[in-house]
Amino acid sequence: MNKQITVTVNGTQHTLEVEPRLLLVHLIREVLNLTGTHIGCDTTSCGACTILMDGKSIKSCTVLAVQANGKAISTVEGLAPEGGPLHPLQEGFKENHGLHCGFCTPGMLMRATELLADNPNPTEEEIRWGISGNLCRCTGYNNIVKAIEYASAKMRGVPTASTEPEFV
Amino acid sequence: MIAQSFQYESPGTIQEAISLLQKYGDDAKILSGGHSLLPMMKLRLASPEYLIDINNIPGLSHINEDNGVVKIGGLTRESEVEHSDLLKKYFPIFGDVTKLIADPQVRNRGTVGGNLAHGDAANDHPAVMMAVNATVMATGPDGEREIPIDEFFFGFYQTALQPTDILTEIRIPIPPKGTGSAYHKLERKVGDYATAGVAVQLTLDANGNCSNIGIGLTNVNPIPLRAARSEEVLKGKPLTEENIALAAQYASEDCSPSADLRGSVEYKRAMVGVLVKRMIHKAVERAKA
Ligand SMILES: Cc1cc2nc3c(=O)[nH]c(=O)nc-3n(C[C@H](O)[C@H](O)[C@H](O)COP(=O)(O)OP(=O)(O)OC[C@H]3O[C@@H](n4cnc5c(N)ncnc54)[C@H](O)[C@@H]3O)c2cc1C
Ligand code: FES
Ligand code: FES
Repeated sequence: MNKQITVTVNGTQHTLEVEPRLLLVHLIREVLNLTGTHIGCDTTSCGACTILMDGKSIKSCTVLAVQANGKAISTVEGLAPEGGPLHPLQEGFKENHGLHCGFCTPGMLMRATELLADNPNPTEEEIRWGISGNLCRCTGYNNIVKAIEYASAKMRGVPTASTEPEFV
Repeated sequence: MIAQSFQYESPGTIQEAISLLQKYGDDAKILSGGHSLLPMMKLRLASPEYLIDINNIPGLSHINEDNGVVKIGGLTRESEVEHSDLLKKYFPIFGDVTKLIADPQVRNRGTVGGNLAHGDAANDHPAVMMAVNATVMATGPDGEREIPIDEFFFGFYQTALQPTDILTEIRIPIPPKGTGSAYHKLERKVGDYATAGVAVQLTLDANGNCSNIGIGLTNVNPIPLRAARSEEVLKGKPLTEENIALAAQYASEDCSPSADLRGSVEYKRAMVGVLVKRMIHKAVERAKA
């Protein structure tokens, strides 16, 4: 039996009929056509499907769409305004070579969003633990850590600098 | 991967949830964090016909102190346990364990109640709850009842919960001064289940003897295991290296691990021994702090 749900995604409210077994990630990608959120493993391991639900980072391959009823969802598409300046995290990833193929990037960005909201000035260790649920097959993580440090500095009003890429 | 079809119910009260559980019986499953159940449903290892989502029932999510006891609501998320100042004050072991359970996103969803109710000896909370001597509160059609942690785990994925029971709270006695606790598990990578895990809570008396001790073991037995012989050898005794070594030896002998990709039986037994020693030392350090 389908269920009616109302979800707010990146500020826009949607009322939809969904099958209870529909996963939140499929609602986002296939019903709402927001394909920035990726599916890597489909087994709660890789973090590519990470989004925010009421401000908390979660793996949307392991939550039902019906469970998002009444909740606010943020996906990577909502990080920066259309055509506007990049979000400090996006800028950090761009400036510090925080991505190669980019597959993990939306999940990394959304996870890092909550990390910095909880802890605006994390240590390197805290960043590494903070992104421990997100796998990246390309970068070796070092440049991702730098990208998040860059965003942290920028969001706190501390001067930032781009770094040379670090290859490992 | 898509689960088999099911009917979804989202009751707003415990009573309503229990009525649904009574109505649907074995065909229903409670959904809390969903981070054990949904992966199993996606793999079709579980195919309940009805899902009773308890996430919208108020009053199941809290951590508070009441009359010498810390109460943790069944629906409390791992991330809330991880950052609770109250738990940090009395039970540093919860800081140790939550950091090692999966990853931040999983901890934002997974609940302590679900972690116990799942009845999986690979999960980390069962051993910790044994070490701190927790009591599980179950609410069913006849009201609320207490289940001591030692009577909670039955068999493979089996607990003392009836199909009509909701795990509503976990109660942990606040230990006296001079108590310390610690948990560690050996894991291959973040998010892995334990190769072996050991939870210890101990109390030192004025003479430095061990007046009380709880030791729980993770993923080295078909059901979560209390290392009873190890506790016995230390209770009321001085914590000499000799006694600690004996406790470690008993724990490694009394568990019953199975060989898998994480290691052989011999390796796991050896690691239990190492971890028992380390966790006792760490708990003593904290007890003295
Ligand atoms: C990638 C990944 C890594 C993980 N790593 C670890 C780890 O290292 N250590 C660890 O301990 N766990 C780990 N887990 C499991 C995780 O902690 C689960 O969240 C937990 O085991 C189950 O809690 P839940 O709230 O998600 O329960 P659910 O998945 O919702 O439910 C699990 C079972 O318990 C029942 N149940 C749930 N709540 C109640 C209740 N209140 N009353 C009665 N029955 C109930 C359900 O019906 C179901 O049968 C991992 C999970 C994933 C996906
Ligand atoms: S797709 Fe969800 S964690 Fe990998
Ligand atoms: S940039 Fe390719 S997976 Fe991370």
